[in-house]
Amino acid sequence: MADNVLLEVRNLSTDFVMKRGTVHAVIDMSFTVHEGEILAIVGESGSGKSVASLSVMGLLQPPGRVVSGEILYKGRNLLKLSRGEMRDIRGNHISMIFQEPMTSLNPVYTIENQLVESVQTHMKLDKKAAAARAVDMLRLVGIPSPEKRIKDYPHQMSGGMRQRVMTAMALSCDPDLLIADEPTTALDVTIQAQILALINELRGKIGMAVLLITHDLGVVAETADRVVVMYCGQVVEEATALQLFERPLHPYTLGLLRSIPTMEDSDADEPLYMIRGMVPNPLNMPKGCAFFDRCDRRMERCRTEMPPLYAAAGRRLRCFLFDPDRTGAAS
Amino acid sequence: MTEPLIQLKHLSKFFPVDTDLLGRTTSLLKAVDDLTLDIFPGEAFGLVGESGCGKTTVGKMMVNLYQPTSGEIWFEGQDLAKLSTRARRGRCCDIQLIFQDPYASLNPRMTVGDIISEPIRINHLVRRDQIADRVGYLLNAVGLSANYRNRFPHEFSGGQRQRVGIARALAMQPKLIVCDEPVSALDVSIQAQVLNLLSDLREEFGLTYLFIAHGLNVVKHISDRVGVMYLGRLVEVASKRELYRNPLHPYTKALLSAIPVTNPEQRTKRILLEGDVLSPIDPPPGCRFAGRCYAKAGCTGCACESEMPELVEVSPGHFLSCYLFDEGRRVLAGEVS
Repeated sequence: MADNVLLEVRNLSTDFVMKRGTVHAVIDMSFTVHEGEILAIVGESGSGKSVASLSVMGLLQPPGRVVSGEILYKGRNLLKLSRGEMRDIRGNHISMIFQEPMTSLNPVYTIENQLVESVQTHMKLDKKAAAARAVDMLRLVGIPSPEKRIKDYPHQMSGGMRQRVMTAMALSCDPDLLIADEPTTALDVTIQAQILALINELRGKIGMAVLLITHDLGVVAETADRVVVMYCGQVVEEATALQLFERPLHPYTLGLLRSIPTMEDSDADEPLYMIRGMVPNPLNMPKGCAFFDRCDRRMERCRTEMPPLYAAAGRRLRCFLFDPDRTGAAS
Repeated sequence: MTEPLIQLKHLSKFFPVDTDLLGRTTSLLKAVDDLTLDIFPGEAFGLVGESGCGKTTVGKMMVNLYQPTSGEIWFEGQDLAKLSTRARRGRCCDIQLIFQDPYASLNPRMTVGDIISEPIRINHLVRRDQIADRVGYLLNAVGLSANYRNRFPHEFSGGQRQRVGIARALAMQPKLIVCDEPVSALDVSIQAQVLNLLSDLREEFGLTYLFIAHGLNVVKHISDRVGVMYLGRLVEVASKRELYRNPLHPYTKALLSAIPVTNPEQRTKRILLEGDVLSPIDPPPGCRFAGRCYAKAGCTGCACESEMPELVEVSPGHFLSCYLFDEGRRVLAGEVS
């Protein structure tokens, strides 16, 4: 793995201040993305994974606000940049693809219009060169006969094709980092497999890093090098993909993995493992560990105290089970 | 052998998409095309396919939300189309539907108690003074507190709303429940809860399920038999064990291999299908999967692109619609099996 840190997020906290109270959507989150690496952020809805990625992109809408922390991209703090400078970063350096390929494209313009616009905004190319580049990008993402398809409107394309167009648009200015927010969630499984293979292939071809936001641990296992698991706005476990799937340690990660119906050959029709209960109300978070109510291995201490992130077993874990001071620490 | 609870016989549903000047249909969307299927009492039948393959249309025809274009639906030995409107309505109680989206399928202006009691009142299922007890019982059965009856849907999470939807279906004391992707809108940790609930209810109430889903992994947990659909056609039907151990149809194999495994060491050489699902509007003759099929080359002389393969039983209980396994054709093609 490359040692060159591309993106470093330090102690990022993002709040949503609303009439009914303040939601701490992201709490003290730190992670790094190295060059050419695929880092996945996994979590269920409301875990703050999308808010974290929007914070990095500077696309957070009020009432959302970054309240503290630093986002260092190649050493520059993105939070300190002016709007114009940030616009230069977006697209040229960091770009993003969104979950809904249906709604992220403008329905009244052709694909060519939209692709050429983004190419011309960020690169000094004349219209002809920009159009040629647009065709090249479509070819890169595996759209057959791109010269013809580029004249299409978004509604003439299928979901998978639209997601490819989105990807082409995001890649058109050679970003170093691609943020993919649930890129396959709206797609069918066979198309999902195509898009994931594409992202993997492009990573190899143009050497970009990918920050993959997803709720699907299967997608993570297929693509990611390292994984950050989030629960209620906090990082609860961070490990390499191999470590995490071989031996998930945080009770939440473990529960998540066990509750996925496996494809393994089991004849016994035993019930699926389930994490009991529900995610706590974000306006009314418990005082201690956010996972306390649902945890199998909770201790009295977890009720009142928030566990810090421990470095244990070659990873980061937010759980008192891995407190080095704890006598007889969990195996 | 027991009698099937519900039989779908050559069921088709076509939607006209285009008409000429005289109002004659010129273009048809073949959502379901000549589908034959038996579901037995107490069974959970999983119906799997990608978006647009017609699986939801099958479910909707079973609960009488769509009228079939052709074909018959027999329920407990009766042809549903031949029943009078009144009798048909009575039969509706026996077949209930659980919807995919728990956010859209509950009326936001009604309390949960009203939502669940409405079908009971309309159909006079229990005496008026017992309705409240019944609602409480149903709420408990799906794992909610009876005190929730006066709350509105927005006060509940997705998983809880889906439980309300299940309680509403149970209120009719159905024999068959069509579950139309009941967990695909839910988070993973909640999915497991709802799947387990459905399994428990099946035993408790002696239910039969048609379980519709787009992924083979969810279906695997709950179903006894599984059918795979592609563009309006059933391409393979087998018992769960048989289908997952010995999938035969090229599309089933691709679907199985497309499921991400939670083991990074097994980033397998998956079968990547070329292209997209064909449009079901005026599909070409021949096997619907032929355009994306990677095994087509292996059966020279097959009629993949000109003639639709029939669904035939290749081994006991294992039905398949593919020329690759059609003995007669292989002999014709000069291939010695």
